[in-house]
Amino acid sequence: MILRLAWASLMARALTVAMTVLAIALSVALFLGVEKVRTGARASFADTISGTDLIVGARSGAVQLLLYSVFRIGNATNNLTWESYQDIAKRPEVDWIVPISLGDSHRQFRVMGTTDEFFDRYKYRGGRALAFDDGHGLDDLYDAVIGADVARTLGYGVGDAIVVSHGLASFTDHADQPFRVAGILAKTGTPVDRTVIVSLEAIEAIHVDWQSGAKIPGHTTPVEAIRTMDLTPTGITAALVGTKSRLQVFNLQRWINQYRAEPLLAILPGVALAELWRIVGVAEQALIAVSAMVVVTALLGMMAMIFASLNERRREMAIWRAMGARPGTILALLVLEAAIMAAVGAVLGMLLLYAGLAVAQPIVDSAFGIWLPLAAPDLRELATLGAVIGAAALASLLPALRAYRMSLADGMMVRT
Amino acid sequence: MTDALFLDDVTFAWPGRGGFALSCPSFRVGAGESVLLLGASGSGKSTLLSLVCGIVAADRGQVRVGDTDLGSLRPGARDRFRAERIGVIFQQFNLLPYASVADNILLPLRFAPERRRQAGDAQAEARRLVRALGLPPAALHQRAGTLSVGQQQRVAVARALIGRPPLIVADEPTSALDAATQDGFLGLLFDQSAAAGSSLLMVSHDERVAPRFDRVVRIENVVTRQGQAA
Repeated sequence: MILRLAWASLMARALTVAMTVLAIALSVALFLGVEKVRTGARASFADTISGTDLIVGARSGAVQLLLYSVFRIGNATNNLTWESYQDIAKRPEVDWIVPISLGDSHRQFRVMGTTDEFFDRYKYRGGRALAFDDGHGLDDLYDAVIGADVARTLGYGVGDAIVVSHGLASFTDHADQPFRVAGILAKTGTPVDRTVIVSLEAIEAIHVDWQSGAKIPGHTTPVEAIRTMDLTPTGITAALVGTKSRLQVFNLQRWINQYRAEPLLAILPGVALAELWRIVGVAEQALIAVSAMVVVTALLGMMAMIFASLNERRREMAIWRAMGARPGTILALLVLEAAIMAAVGAVLGMLLLYAGLAVAQPIVDSAFGIWLPLAAPDLRELATLGAVIGAAALASLLPALRAYRMSLADGMMVRT
Repeated sequence: MTDALFLDDVTFAWPGRGGFALSCPSFRVGAGESVLLLGASGSGKSTLLSLVCGIVAADRGQVRVGDTDLGSLRPGARDRFRAERIGVIFQQFNLLPYASVADNILLPLRFAPERRRQAGDAQAEARRLVRALGLPPAALHQRAGTLSVGQQQRVAVARALIGRPPLIVADEPTSALDAATQDGFLGLLFDQSAAAGSSLLMVSHDERVAPRFDRVVRIENVVTRQGQAA
């Protein structure tokens, strides 16, 4: 009965209560939304690469190597030579090694040179392998396999011709050596979706008439001639390495990092990712703090609303007291009302969040490659909702204590 | 026979209310008796009612309802006692406007288990009282705030009478009613109080209602006040 009366009392002040509930709902949706994006971004980053024990590149920073080799963010400051790559490949600890060569682009998408083994060895989201939606792998020198986002954004299908541009923001195209879309990969939710994959030899082929980053004037080697040339690369951007045993990872890493022929860097993807999170952790915490402050502000608004309503509710309190309610009951009633408002706000906020996620999920995935799962609320989220309701009950204690004191002082007389 | 209410050498001062205080050497309401306490506004009627209902405790003296000295009870026990033994009717704004008529009538039973037992089937008793007080049965499910003032006062009577408490305290219950409605209301209040066997203490400034009561007491004859009105 008390719960029903508390609910009826709230309904009697529907407009102000609705505004308060809406403020709580929006703040909860914002807080949980920030958390969803944060965890979604972390999961998406962590899911981008799995099963790779080491990433090897020219010596720079661990985070930088991870970002440009896996996430296609930023650029390598240097390449590693093919000889070094082969030295590493010959190491007894190495089970497999996949070279990648970056630097060119097609429209806004990166072009990556690699070997067929990339399609077998690259794993994401806990060991899932790449799959083809259409077509096949790199059979011909001028075959290209494109990621799902590339195909969708540019409207490409198997058999379409594409021209690779030199560099990342260049107006110079390798127009004399067009590629043909041989395959389209299924969506992965990783940077692979936004990558044009060609063979390492193809990267060499399109640069046959180039020197020091510029086309040699007057030189245009016929494609037929290029096909007969030795297209072994001189250098690559990075290599993904799998070891025969996890126990050998550190030995191999040490060997590569002490490699004498050229300065190299071998990183463990997980460790580099952890380092990246440490760097962005401060910003994350700041974002969480700001959204938490929004929740606090909404709860303060609720507290102010209860305070403002106390005077006009003194007669109501006097009726409760005359009927035998203790002052503690008056206090409990107000706390209960606050908890109900917070609970409704929290549930509404959750619904708003999921509606927002349903709308934003494909947009965020497409724009940022961050997959925001539409899963049922986890324990952490439920605990957050519980904390909001608890905080609301706590916040209402102040006006409730005032009501308690007023009900003691007023007795059966109300002087408004 | 034990008095329904007995005040003996009572003094009380409100803390922080301009030093308002009153003393009441003696005042009683017999069992089954109806008493009108006449007094002008500001004569201390509401303070006296707060003492009678145990909302506040006397600084000195005894306030006895039935056999129980309210001063001997702790505040929580006084609240429970009030719920069990006293039905209260205010002058206006008597009900929780957002609650249904049924919830308003049943509210005191929420805090009074003995009175709840006394009421038996509380819902049926609420229906009976509503009928007896001339309200349509469908009114039980209406929001109290949607009723006319006269209807609300009758619901307040039903709430005060449910579970047959031995003492009904009414604080100017007719002040918001016109003369014609007043008469009908008082008739119902007396009939139902008598049917419940309850004593009735009503405070009013309106002498016209006096003939209905067994006894009329002027407040200045039982209460001496000091300081600002309350």
